[in-house]
Amino acid sequence: MSAQQGKPDNTRIIRRLLLTVIGMFAFGFALVPLYDVFCDITGFNGRFTDGQAAANTKAVDTSRTVNVQFITRVNQGMPWGFEPEVRSVRIHPGETKVVNFLANNPTGSDMVAQAIPSVAPGEASLYLNKVECFCFNQQPLAAGTKTAMPMQFYLDPEIPDHIHTVTLSYTMYDMTENATPDALAAFVQPAN
Amino acid sequence: MSTVVGEMDQHDDHHHHAPSGLTRWLFTTNHKDIGSMYLWFSFIMFLVGGSMAMVIRAELFQPGLQLVDPHFFNQMTTVHGLIMVFGAVMPAFTGLANWMIPMMIGAPDMALPRMNNWSFWILPFAFAILLASLFMEGGGPAFGWTFYAPLSTTYSSDSTALFVFSVHIMGISSIMGAINVIVTIMNMRAPGMTYMKMPLFVWSWFITAFLLIAVMPVLAGAVTMVLTDKYFGTSFFDAAGGGDPVMFQHIFWFFGHPEVYIMILPSFGIVSAIIPAFARKPLFGYASMVYATAAIAGLSFLVWAHHMFTTGMPVFAELFFMYCTMLISVPTGVKVFNWVATMWRGSITFETPMLFALAFVILFTIGGFSGLMLAITPVDFQYHDTYFVVAHFHYVLVSGAIFSIMAAAYYWLPKWTGHMYDEGLAKLHFWASLISVNVLFFPMHFAGLAGMPRRIPDYSLQFADINQIVSIGGFAFGLSQLIFLWVVIKCVKGGEKAPAKPWEGADGLEWTVPSPAPYHTFDTPPKGFDKPPEVK
Repeated sequence: MSAQQGKPDNTRIIRRLLLTVIGMFAFGFALVPLYDVFCDITGFNGRFTDGQAAANTKAVDTSRTVNVQFITRVNQGMPWGFEPEVRSVRIHPGETKVVNFLANNPTGSDMVAQAIPSVAPGEASLYLNKVECFCFNQQPLAAGTKTAMPMQFYLDPEIPDHIHTVTLSYTMYDMTENATPDALAAFVQPAN
Repeated sequence: MSTVVGEMDQHDDHHHHAPSGLTRWLFTTNHKDIGSMYLWFSFIMFLVGGSMAMVIRAELFQPGLQLVDPHFFNQMTTVHGLIMVFGAVMPAFTGLANWMIPMMIGAPDMALPRMNNWSFWILPFAFAILLASLFMEGGGPAFGWTFYAPLSTTYSSDSTALFVFSVHIMGISSIMGAINVIVTIMNMRAPGMTYMKMPLFVWSWFITAFLLIAVMPVLAGAVTMVLTDKYFGTSFFDAAGGGDPVMFQHIFWFFGHPEVYIMILPSFGIVSAIIPAFARKPLFGYASMVYATAAIAGLSFLVWAHHMFTTGMPVFAELFFMYCTMLISVPTGVKVFNWVATMWRGSITFETPMLFALAFVILFTIGGFSGLMLAITPVDFQYHDTYFVVAHFHYVLVSGAIFSIMAAAYYWLPKWTGHMYDEGLAKLHFWASLISVNVLFFPMHFAGLAGMPRRIPDYSLQFADINQIVSIGGFAFGLSQLIFLWVVIKCVKGGEKAPAKPWEGADGLEWTVPSPAPYHTFDTPPKGFDKPPEVK
């Protein structure tokens, strides 16, 4: 039966429906960058742009104290030792603090790793500013050596009153396979 | 509707000399043939998926590990879910759509008959691939039908690619089916049948088809990401490469929640056709039924994260998804109210389709209420991933979707086969199913509230009694479905001759053609259509 008068013909509808299908398939993939953008803006999910914050110029709010805890873990199959020098610090919002993280490479080969941060509660990630962090770059570590890696941070005094504890978690991933030239340069023997 | 009776004659084979034997089924473009194939295919898949459920219930009959090893148990829960969702419920609805939509809107066939053939015939291949993966080294998919990363990426067996490709094919099949339904409904309705005069089964499928178009491609995207993460070194869901496993859940459930409405909206249409027929009263609130269905479909895109309350979402997001979820109970409540109001003071008779429809209304509502409980964020932390969830979705899918499919099968069997089914056996099937389905799923609520986790092959001793009862209910429910098979075969082979309209209170264009429906119906569009059949 042919299409009746006044009704759109089949091809037009099919074309539109197929476009919708392709569009929704693309939308599924578009969710990936959208998700990142959404999480970056809102701080949902404890992810945050790991960019370097400007040096602290904020006034210290001595009326409040926030407990900042540090958790470290290594990804499955990652042989490094990795832990914070202190498990937690109590700081005033606006106060700058340096905490060292200790890493050692017990294997017989040179390795490169990168730490990925996550903050709980997610809301706090918007107020935790890192002036300097080992997590900004890949960390090279020669076989059998160890190192102390500094992380300098402060909490924005705007941090909501109901947040009393912030947990900063780092997971160390093996990046040897995908190391940047900068990181690999550390392993080059100095010319004599 | 009675004005058009008699216009339809047997046109049997005068424009096609239908090939016989296997090629008839292989090359058919006839909506009735394809509908029948879909229905048989879904019933076979129902039995296959059901046997896997029997393995699960046999293992859980007693605490401890006795029959199968945990890895195989996980494959059973996974493939049971996949088969029941994509192999049993969805093809059954597509089969009903193929059979009934053209006859309900007075069209000679589906709009795109060749594509229709293809969308059916790729399905057996999809499920052959999925089932074959169970026999591969390392086993088939064992990560749950929801295939959360990293279970499906880092920790899955080598056969995961087969799972991915089979889901791709199922998705393509569903999308083609949906396109066909939409084009058919938009372009081939009988003269006078405006949108607001369509039968509700047609309406509910129209909306379902749009849901399919919108979300099946997202599922295809999700499985593709799993594929490339596992085999091609991408890191969509791998935190080591900058991805995020929680994002998998967002993408999956963006598909997954509309998917559950895909599996229930056509049920609403079926029940809205059956209840007025056996209550001998016009359907209460036709327009509100249409709007409620559309509202449920629209809201289904705003509730996905209620599956993810325990992933550490901010409280604001949890509350948003909680309230949106609860909002869905409003249009759903409208529907249940309308069905009850339709029956109010009706002269009801209790033939098997009506019994299944009534059981649907009651048991689906129970499933709806447990869904409402799960929607409450603070208590969901206790219910999450327990048997309470298993009880909830089996109430809406088994005693909801599947009961409605049974109701539809009994309601339209006389039209399909030309024979009345055996009412006594059918009632036996109904009562056996009704009792066993409740023995099977009701105690699961208590097991879940007491903390029994789902998808675990072993459990603590205190759950032993409940699980034994559940397993007995499971075996009984499984066996009861063989009665259904018997009734259908018996009805196909013979029985009392069915008149064109075997149900006194039924209405609609499908009842104006003889039983069995001739191979070609409505070669000329019927005339005199003036109101939806449910309104009479």
